[in-house]
Amino acid sequence: MNELINHLKERFPIYDVVESTTGPTFVSLDAAKLIPMITSLKTNHGFKILVILSTVDWIEDGKFQLTYIINNPDEKTDLGIRIFIDRENASMESIHKLWVFAATFQREIKEMYGIDFPGSPGVDDQFLLEGWDEMPPMRRDFDTKKYSEDTFFPRPGRETNDPAEYMKQKLYPDE
Amino acid sequence: MSNNILNWKNNRDMFPEADEDGKPIVDLESQKYVKVWQGPNHPGVTGNMSLELTISGDEVMEAKTHVGYLHRGFEKLFERRRYIQCFPTCIRMCVPEPDINEYNLARGTEVLGGIEVPEMANWIRMLVLEMARLQVLLRMVPGQAGTMGLGLAGTWGLYYRELILDRFEELTGGRIYHMFILPGGVRGLLPDGFKDRLEENLVKVEAFMKDVDRLIYTNAVFKKRTKGIGVIPADWVDEYGIMGPVARAAGFERDVRKDYPYLYYDQLDFGYNIAHNSDVFDRFIVRRHDVDTTVDLIRQILNKMPKKGDIKAETPNVLHWKIPKGETIIRCESSRGEYLFYMVADGSIYPRRINLRGPSYTHAVAVLEKLLINANISDVSAIMVSLATCPPEIER
Repeated sequence: MNELINHLKERFPIYDVVESTTGPTFVSLDAAKLIPMITSLKTNHGFKILVILSTVDWIEDGKFQLTYIINNPDEKTDLGIRIFIDRENASMESIHKLWVFAATFQREIKEMYGIDFPGSPGVDDQFLLEGWDEMPPMRRDFDTKKYSEDTFFPRPGRETNDPAEYMKQKLYPDE
Repeated sequence: MSNNILNWKNNRDMFPEADEDGKPIVDLESQKYVKVWQGPNHPGVTGNMSLELTISGDEVMEAKTHVGYLHRGFEKLFERRRYIQCFPTCIRMCVPEPDINEYNLARGTEVLGGIEVPEMANWIRMLVLEMARLQVLLRMVPGQAGTMGLGLAGTWGLYYRELILDRFEELTGGRIYHMFILPGGVRGLLPDGFKDRLEENLVKVEAFMKDVDRLIYTNAVFKKRTKGIGVIPADWVDEYGIMGPVARAAGFERDVRKDYPYLYYDQLDFGYNIAHNSDVFDRFIVRRHDVDTTVDLIRQILNKMPKKGDIKAETPNVLHWKIPKGETIIRCESSRGEYLFYMVADGSIYPRRINLRGPSYTHAVAVLEKLLINANISDVSAIMVSLATCPPEIER
């Protein structure tokens, strides 16, 4: 893995490399360089499998983190590539031409986070939510409590005698 | 007349033209095609998901998977709960086999939080995971014949699954959801006489599987309905991220327990169950062999595990445990293939992100949609069940 990371460092502007004995190595990369690097890893370095494409919402930094974890089944190694994109008008290049089923991940991310993947097949189709016209629900600024209060009739009797709050004050008054 | 029937061939003129991506161009106005919805009720031993099929005659021209009937926003809930509070939620992401969720979440918390698990706890975890696999397979292996009208075997298998659930109840207090694996270890030791009672159950299961062989795997109708149906070409396996028994039925040696050994699987003696035709029958037969492997592994674990030992490592107060910033992936082999959690911690008492990637994410969507094209409508549920689709994994 060290050899590969050194090789990548020479060719691509990767930074923030985190190696681990218990999990995959993670590297960060500029969004514009993702497609060349991931194509090179797939064709030249045996990273044939896309394990997961996931999103983390770093709302405090105004960024979305897209994590591409790819796997080399022959050497049994994983590599995680982190991409940071702005939360406003978030958009990212699609990788469905490299892995057909990446379109499913991208379709879900578009629905749940509102990140667009132009050109990805079916990216605008509904995946889990039917007729959803609110903010994408997995964004951290989506207020679940307000949504449920607006959508469903509030049940009476929930404001008093909250045992969790009572116990918290009793056991951890300083928190 | 009879001669005509023998010489009958599909009239390919009826079939729609395909575009560049191989997707059929279907003109519903032409009245050559009919839309049929399969689901969202259970067609076999899978969960609630729906297939939108466009058929011409009895052949499927286009299939679309529709999920969302079970969506309960688990991953959103995780972000608002402390790590320990995620456990009762996460086990519901896979109803038939909840223990893999417990293990992945506990292991992820330990890796990010820097906790070493005692040896005895790891052996018990391995036993729980294999027992969970056995009870799923006892439901799935006979149950898959139900999709072709042989419902007897599935009902019969449920009795033997209940025997394993009895052992789970004895060990954990719960039959379906166990909440037994927690960060740092497990909740308890094996009860007295547990090993003997489990062994009795395993003997019964082995005898039952011989009956299943006679009832299903030597059944001419079953073979005719499954051989050569739903063939997955070998080049799809990496392209679509196909895993577990489906990849093994295509001749690939893929098993997380052997490829990325976790717990003490490297100390156990077992092989890959492989088949080569990659059709529905081969996927069923691979799962059939998985039952034997699992029974054997449970025996090996019971013989090799220590008699006594610590079952729980010291952890900080789980309700106030600040996990340092970091990210990792945790994978284990479920009965359906690789089951993976991507976990991100941000240094607070709440996880920043826990994302599940189960085998059905690709099997039930991209693979199934492609595999069903030109399949006969009567084979749809057989193909679907052979891929072991589990919608809660997609919706989480």
